[in-house]
Amino acid sequence: MSGDIVVIAEHRDGAILDPTYELLGRARSLAAASGGEAIAVLLGSGVAGLAGSLGAAARVIVVDGPGLASFSPTAYQAALVPLVREREPALVLIANSGSGMDVAAGLSAALDLPLAAYAIDLTIDAGGPLATCQLYAGKIQAKVRFAGGRGIVTAVAGSFPAEAGMGPGSPVIETVAPAATDDRIRFVDLLRPEAGDVDITRESVLVSVGRGIGEQENIELVEALAAALGGAVSSSRPIADLGWLPRTRQGGKSGLKVKPRVYLALGISGAPEHLEGMRGAELIIAVNSDARAPIFSVAHYGVVADLLDVVPALTARVGG
Amino acid sequence: MDYVVLLKQVPDLAEELEIDADGTGLDREWLSFVASEWDEYALEEALLLRDQGHGGTVTCLALGVETGDVDELLATCLARGADRVIKVGSFEAPPDSHTAAAAFADALAHVHYDLILTGVQAIDDLDGQVGPLLATRLDLPHVSVVTHIALAHHHTTVTVHQEYAGGIVAEFEATLPAVLGVQTSRETPRYAPVSRIRQLMKTATIEAMAGGGGAGSGLVIEAMAIPETGSTAEMISGNPQAIAERIAAILSERGIGTAVAR
Repeated sequence: MSGDIVVIAEHRDGAILDPTYELLGRARSLAAASGGEAIAVLLGSGVAGLAGSLGAAARVIVVDGPGLASFSPTAYQAALVPLVREREPALVLIANSGSGMDVAAGLSAALDLPLAAYAIDLTIDAGGPLATCQLYAGKIQAKVRFAGGRGIVTAVAGSFPAEAGMGPGSPVIETVAPAATDDRIRFVDLLRPEAGDVDITRESVLVSVGRGIGEQENIELVEALAAALGGAVSSSRPIADLGWLPRTRQGGKSGLKVKPRVYLALGISGAPEHLEGMRGAELIIAVNSDARAPIFSVAHYGVVADLLDVVPALTARVGG
Repeated sequence: MDYVVLLKQVPDLAEELEIDADGTGLDREWLSFVASEWDEYALEEALLLRDQGHGGTVTCLALGVETGDVDELLATCLARGADRVIKVGSFEAPPDSHTAAAAFADALAHVHYDLILTGVQAIDDLDGQVGPLLATRLDLPHVSVVTHIALAHHHTTVTVHQEYAGGIVAEFEATLPAVLGVQTSRETPRYAPVSRIRQLMKTATIEAMAGGGGAGSGLVIEAMAIPETGSTAEMISGNPQAIAERIAAILSERGIGTAVAR
């Protein structure tokens, strides 16, 4: 076993994604504690040029092959299993993204390495790696260690500052061919969302609704409030799944990442997937009937009440 | 086309969670359990695929866990339209995902399948998601965070969508058999009347199969805690008018809200 900390880089449209920089920044400090290197592993086809964007790593391993031109769960797993087995890193860090979930759990089962999922913090002390993970939609946090001292961690986006992983540098670059291929899952196409009537990533005031809205007809109430505040209505995932608001209004992990000046979270419990997309807002005011809702852990102001009582009163107050 | 759906129950988050005396697990004494919502989406998709011209059977598997009510979970599957239900192994408490995957793998040696569907995640899968863990054990391809499933007419491949951040979606073609972690279903999971579920719990056949040789997660839980909520938030209380007044004032300080700004 080495003290190396491996980060599986995620990239799209010729750019490294932010969660990779977040992991790389943390990998640097962990590698200093474990006496190893922070190593970025970059899979793709003709992606050597992207290695230069990973300057914060001590080493970049470029796994280059035509079968890796786009992400595929089987192709990534086939290429990564022999690599991780051979290098024996102390930790493998992977973003808790759509593709990251496939890669991490697949590696865990294939390599018999334990996996700590949904991590929001990760340190190394005398006892080895210690991960803090979110459970039960963020209502519980668990501190876990790996029985054998090494393992895989998937981290919730936004848990570490991306800036720490963006530094310049001159990492050692190794280019290898994938040791194995598996084309049982074939990439077909990347589908991008159609532009909506409102771009919630550009609004400075978002009035955001979740399940607490109760009925579709109550959406009118939040639209009235948004109009009175000069903002726009956004939502958590369940509201978009129900079709009560267009998908383009959805914030969170599977929706859009928003950073408005004011975010009013109405009837949103604050599952980790939602917090990931809005916790960067300058001012968060949360209204929820459940005093234990995780949204209150990121809110600056909190109200334990039924939003159907508060919203009309607030609309009347600011609407004059 | 034979579909297998893996389901489980999880603690009902509408109720307060408490940590046990050891400080490393949930106090299960007063917990109530509900079906994991993503597993319900997986079942709905399987039923839709079967009924939309692809035919075949839907078999539901759940672990025989003493907490909660696995018989009710499986009877609900039958009431919704599953063809066959199987209880796998015997567990005092809900096992970790690695152990669950090992148990399902044991049982699936005796069940025919073309497509295995399960929830993309569960609120308690600290050691990872069962779908890819099981798939790797069975040497099957897997896709997580699936929102769209279309079977080819020849039933040898399936086309699926995988969700990424920002509403971007990748389309994949997977060779069957395969395992899918379902994020959401096209339709809201169908309703089954409680009276029908109660009746099926008395009359239906719930098969039992062995499974689960103590794979273990390899994780050591040092501590569990309820995060302090509201510790950083300033809480506002009062009647709706007083609350509205205070929020309006906070917004006004930032120049937001026309009436208070003037």
